[in-house]
Amino acid sequence: MTNATEIATWHFALVGTPNSGKTSLFNALTGGRQKVANYPGVTVERKAGAFVTPSGHRVNLIDLPGTYSLRGRSPDEEITRDVVLGRVASETSPDLLLCVADATNLRVALRLVIELKKVGRPLLLILNMIDIARRRGIDINLETLSAELGVPVVTSTAVRRGGTEELLRRIDAMAASAAGQAVESTWAPPTIADLRGAQREADRVIKTAVGRPRRPDTITGRVDAVLLNPVAGLLILLALLFVMFQAVFAWAKPLMDAISSGFDALGVLAQGVLPEGLLQSFVQNGVISGVGSVIVFLPQILILFLFILLLEDLGYMARAAFLMDKIMGGAGLHGRAFIPLLSSFACAIPGIMATRVIDNKRDRLTTILVAPLMTCSARIQVYTLIISAFIPDKTVWGFIGLQGLVMFGLYAAGILSALAVSFVANRFFWRDNATPPFMLELPDYKLPRLRSVALGLYMRAMMFLKRAGTTIFSMMVLIWFLASFPRPPEGATGPAIDYSLAAIIGKWLEPVLAPVGFNWQINVALIPGMAAREVAVASLGTVYAIEGGKEAAEQIGQALASKWSLATALALLAWYIFAPQCASTLAVIKRETGGWRFMFITFAYMLGLAYVAAFITYHAAVALGWG
Amino acid sequence: MSERPPSSTADQRTPLGLAARGFRGHIQAIHVAEDAHGLSAAEIEQRLLELGFVEGAEIEVLHEGPIGRDPIAVRVNDTTIALRRREAMAVLVL
Repeated sequence: MTNATEIATWHFALVGTPNSGKTSLFNALTGGRQKVANYPGVTVERKAGAFVTPSGHRVNLIDLPGTYSLRGRSPDEEITRDVVLGRVASETSPDLLLCVADATNLRVALRLVIELKKVGRPLLLILNMIDIARRRGIDINLETLSAELGVPVVTSTAVRRGGTEELLRRIDAMAASAAGQAVESTWAPPTIADLRGAQREADRVIKTAVGRPRRPDTITGRVDAVLLNPVAGLLILLALLFVMFQAVFAWAKPLMDAISSGFDALGVLAQGVLPEGLLQSFVQNGVISGVGSVIVFLPQILILFLFILLLEDLGYMARAAFLMDKIMGGAGLHGRAFIPLLSSFACAIPGIMATRVIDNKRDRLTTILVAPLMTCSARIQVYTLIISAFIPDKTVWGFIGLQGLVMFGLYAAGILSALAVSFVANRFFWRDNATPPFMLELPDYKLPRLRSVALGLYMRAMMFLKRAGTTIFSMMVLIWFLASFPRPPEGATGPAIDYSLAAIIGKWLEPVLAPVGFNWQINVALIPGMAAREVAVASLGTVYAIEGGKEAAEQIGQALASKWSLATALALLAWYIFAPQCASTLAVIKRETGGWRFMFITFAYMLGLAYVAAFITYHAAVALGWG
Repeated sequence: MSERPPSSTADQRTPLGLAARGFRGHIQAIHVAEDAHGLSAAEIEQRLLELGFVEGAEIEVLHEGPIGRDPIAVRVNDTTIALRRREAMAVLVL
């Protein structure tokens, strides 16, 4: 027989300062059993998971956004405060707060513990990364620490197998004792005096319970001497970005070729199995070639995210913000905007969501405004297609691939225009001139853990595939429909697509887009491309496949090279640097800024820039004789 | 531009914002000049406190930014914090 307490599920919340290793502990406890969603009504990400204690208790664990105090300066920090205080209606009040602290860096964490005690909920302090603290010879007297704080203390090493066993045993022991009872909350927003008092108290506790490191970390200092060097540091950052983009282009190639030929084989198989006619055309041209032309970019997206995840786990991202602060500040951007903008290279959506770390509203809006100009992975697909079709695959200056160089140039154009737009926005949009502060902890360097990087990559891959399977797939069906209906009349001589809705729409747009060098096939591809940029590639594939007949089996790149002028190709590249062609990004901007205004501003300025850039590029290229 | 707080050791204390790389000392006081920032003086003081800038803490200026030697990376006891010189003006060190 089981009694009631054994059946009940416990609800725990994970709290901690930024860089405390909270996420790796969350990963270690819950493994792959995680759910990422949003809190109702706000755009804060809610990460929840579950685990089972040694005594067989099921625990629902929620990972709260990192915070230095419960003051709630940003939407993320407000969520942490409200969940901790049990004020979120949709959330079960936590039975136990797990406060994570970096054992090598306790000062700020202990001040948070002192504040959390006032909440009145059962509290367990977890000294994470205890292995590193021991290696550095930091003696922590756990009993003294626990007695001085009045809070139970347990150690863990989230990144080691078995590093959380002691923690799990302790959770069971706490539940069995009477310590697990909540009392009345006496928490109030801390004043300056409260903060000062709490920090002094934390420093006093550290003095009695924690020894100075006998073998201090010298690696971080030595590495920083190079990476934060005024000259070498910037050069290394630039080189790193360059390697990143070359890797995205070069390393992914074999994998992409494999995926591409896999889908081709699938198409041929479908052609053989299905009877000739509409169904065959739908499966082969609509579904397989459409979805395939998007999924083929998975390797590039994963390589890009691999770099971002590695640099983040290593602790380099904060250094990059430090190096870039003054440069970005010149354009009116906050150093902290560097991380959201760098994420925008993968996708503007997580990038815009990451602007929540910027607590100043003005800085945040400027960052959101320019984030879509960062070259996202969806653009890579358009760029790759056009570059490989039109730019010769040769080496310049002995070692740099020309194709990679053009790619780098497109990225640079995106970055420079983002800086310019932000500069203009600051001059004309915002009246007050006060620049808000930049304060950021530079965490000690840590070797990234394979497991957490793999988990992060897996989540990104699933997100991408889900998108490919839903939004992109439905757009492909639409474009196939537009390109296939109405059917050509009896005795028609031209290709079937010339009689279709797609051709009608594309030709209708011609007067507007002909001045920038676009033909009607491009116009057709731009329409579903509004849903997501990469769809344009697939759409071109479908349009030319249906048009081409015999050429259908050929590479779409070859088809383009034979049908477009170089000027048209370059104009399309210029268009894609700016074009606001991503419905999801616009939707996220509306959600994050709480209204239509910024969404429309973003859409209008990007569309304007795209048209002007494509126009100039096209006419310059024609003047150079590339028309 | 920043008014000095009345204190007997006021003349010996320097703002961290003026310290060069390699400077070592202790925090004597936090005093934020009004209206020099995008946020209120109280908010700036709270943020400095939250990152561990409290009287008595050990300070060492570790790194300077590549342009205009700004921002700076400061060791505060066992933590490294990056901040701009303008905000560091509020931290009086000796």
